[in-house]
Amino acid sequence: MPDQFLFATEVFINGLMSGVLYALVALGFVLIYKASGIFNYAQGVMALFAAMTLVGIMDGQVPFSHIINSVFGTNVHHFGWHVPAMLAILLTAGVMVLFAWLVQRLVMRHLVGQEPIILFMATIGLAYFLEGVSDLMWGSEIKKLDIGLPQGGSFWIEDMTAGLGSDNFYGFFIDNLDMVATVVAALLVTGLVLFSQYTKQGRAMRAVADDHQAALSVGISLNFIWVLVWSVAGFVALVAGIMWGTKSGVQFSLSLIALKALPVLMLGGFTSIPGAIVGGLIIGVGEKMFEFAIGPLVGGATENWFAYVLALLFLVFRPQGLFGEKIIERV
Amino acid sequence: MKLKLTTLALSALMAAGPAMADLVFPSLSYRTGPYAAGGIPFADGYADYFTLLNERDGGIGGVMTNLIECETGYNTEKGVECYESTKGEGALVYQPLSTGITYQLIPKVTADGIPMHTMGYGRTSAANGEVFSNVFNYPANYWNGASGVVNYLLELNDGDIKGKKLALVYHNSAYGKEPIRTLEELAEKHGFELSLLPVDHPGQEQKSQWLQIRRERPDYVTMWGWGVMNQVAIQEAANIRFPMENFIGVWWSGAEHDVMSAGDAANGYKALTFHNVGRDFPVFHHIQKYVVDTGKAAGAGDQIGTVLYNRGMYAAMLAAEAVKTAQAIHGTADIDASMMRDGMEALEMNEAKMTDLGMPNFGPTFNVSCENHGGPGLVGVTQWDAGSQTWSMISDFKATDGDVIGALVSEDSGAYATENKITPNCG
Repeated sequence: MPDQFLFATEVFINGLMSGVLYALVALGFVLIYKASGIFNYAQGVMALFAAMTLVGIMDGQVPFSHIINSVFGTNVHHFGWHVPAMLAILLTAGVMVLFAWLVQRLVMRHLVGQEPIILFMATIGLAYFLEGVSDLMWGSEIKKLDIGLPQGGSFWIEDMTAGLGSDNFYGFFIDNLDMVATVVAALLVTGLVLFSQYTKQGRAMRAVADDHQAALSVGISLNFIWVLVWSVAGFVALVAGIMWGTKSGVQFSLSLIALKALPVLMLGGFTSIPGAIVGGLIIGVGEKMFEFAIGPLVGGATENWFAYVLALLFLVFRPQGLFGEKIIERV
Repeated sequence: MKLKLTTLALSALMAAGPAMADLVFPSLSYRTGPYAAGGIPFADGYADYFTLLNERDGGIGGVMTNLIECETGYNTEKGVECYESTKGEGALVYQPLSTGITYQLIPKVTADGIPMHTMGYGRTSAANGEVFSNVFNYPANYWNGASGVVNYLLELNDGDIKGKKLALVYHNSAYGKEPIRTLEELAEKHGFELSLLPVDHPGQEQKSQWLQIRRERPDYVTMWGWGVMNQVAIQEAANIRFPMENFIGVWWSGAEHDVMSAGDAANGYKALTFHNVGRDFPVFHHIQKYVVDTGKAAGAGDQIGTVLYNRGMYAAMLAAEAVKTAQAIHGTADIDASMMRDGMEALEMNEAKMTDLGMPNFGPTFNVSCENHGGPGLVGVTQWDAGSQTWSMISDFKATDGDVIGALVSEDSGAYATENKITPNCG
């Protein structure tokens, strides 16, 4: 096979893998929007907060140590223990549930019935507040996140495919971490679908998403459902934070991964879980293939803007996104 | 009685001699936001050195220093606000630690007569003091960096890099694009092949760039990155098994936090530098004794000896030495911004001076002049040892290509002078 075709195939596969990582971020947005009509600006910061909390718990870091030390004149930074990764993930998930409860109790409950733009503004405030709290709680330094996920190219795939092309072709490069992310994303989506289809709470969540007035009339607690949805979104943020944090270290730029989710949402629709996945894959492949084919002709760095161009093209022909629900308002 | 007491108090004050204002050093720092990991150690080093001078020496020439910190968040608008809000406090010199803020402040500091020091960043052609009267970028600038990479490769290849391939992975911003022109000139001069790989802000996703590197197999990769871009690039290089010893970052891509997240895979990665690394210098014992142990450190004291802490401390040391020079020139300890500018323009850094300060061989020796605000542009190379988690110098501070850089500085500063109707002057 000609090398150029093999290189294009390699870029295509890596685009799919990158798309899965974008979709992981987009999923959190979809869950909250679907259930409450809120575009959660804080989703990226939630991923950052979750990842920082996970590393903090694993390393036995004392939260708010800088404040504690300056107030009490102490010099404590670590508890001196190391928590195993799985236990730390469970504890972090617990923290995200607590966070969801606090958001509901202190912010969202007071804004029920407000215009969507007010709720959106509230999430902007929440994002900056959470970023500040993360900084105070765990510090600003970059932290290594190692929960045992494999990294680097797969030797096996490389060796298996090396013979396909000429001597200039090394075999396909597929990052082990990307493959793990794909499996995790598949499990996550399956889990979410099973949860929403086959559990009482999941069905209640769907009922609220369809018509919260009707759901209230049959005795479903809106407060509980919102806490549940924010908790699930918090867990999705934790998964996204683990994958992205393993790639780049846990640091404040992690909150900017939300920028990668926006074109995915525009394309896949704000209300569809499969839409987030398919949207992520299309954006991932589209931007990588464009960079491969056209990038060198225009000086490169096309990925960020091309993702939005692609999303805009879809918007023009299908404003609700590929899988979004068509909004029909009767007067 | 009341009048007598007032007269007595006033007489006592007069007898005590003229009151001296503090020497004010604004610190435009960023301790929050995506770039805080780099901003914090630099700001700590900058602050701790001035605290050391106050605590150990009673200030500079008997006048206490006063550091005014203002948070910019690495945001250009906030940086300008910080400048406007602190310049009236008697600011002697600004170090904005951001190329974006630097570009905005160049006309402002020139109009206000306050010097600005942009060490290893900012507008490279500001090295021409005939045009940029108030801007200084000694001891090295980006173009010295670009030439430093090429000179190092020449050294590795017995002076011949004809036909070699060098890829530049750069932050797609004014900062990242700075070395391109110099590298293109040097590629023509030495016959190597240059490929350019821009990475959009913030640089969290670089799969395309590193797949391209894997396809094109350059002999060497150099990087102009900052923030998360550095960590991701080093991890991606490790992922495609690019040899780390052939990967050389600029000085803003060579701190501990840039390599730590890649773990052992980052072993052997190299970075340029214009100051020494590590904490094996007497000055750090003084900082520990007079600043950290007395609870007066800007941070927790755990950053001492890290690359960016050292850089912040080095910047403060150069500012303090310029103050001493200004005090000697003008015969007064109580200097203002224009005197500080004179001190910076007449600054001489030699080995004896650095040894006296407890910083032997900490930086290159150099003289500043009106014509040359950038110094000689000597550049060294450091290498990361993942086992001991330390950087070490593997090359002394060496000269860069003055012919190529000098011509580019003249061209760019000349264009700036024409555009802004500045008559180059060193009279």
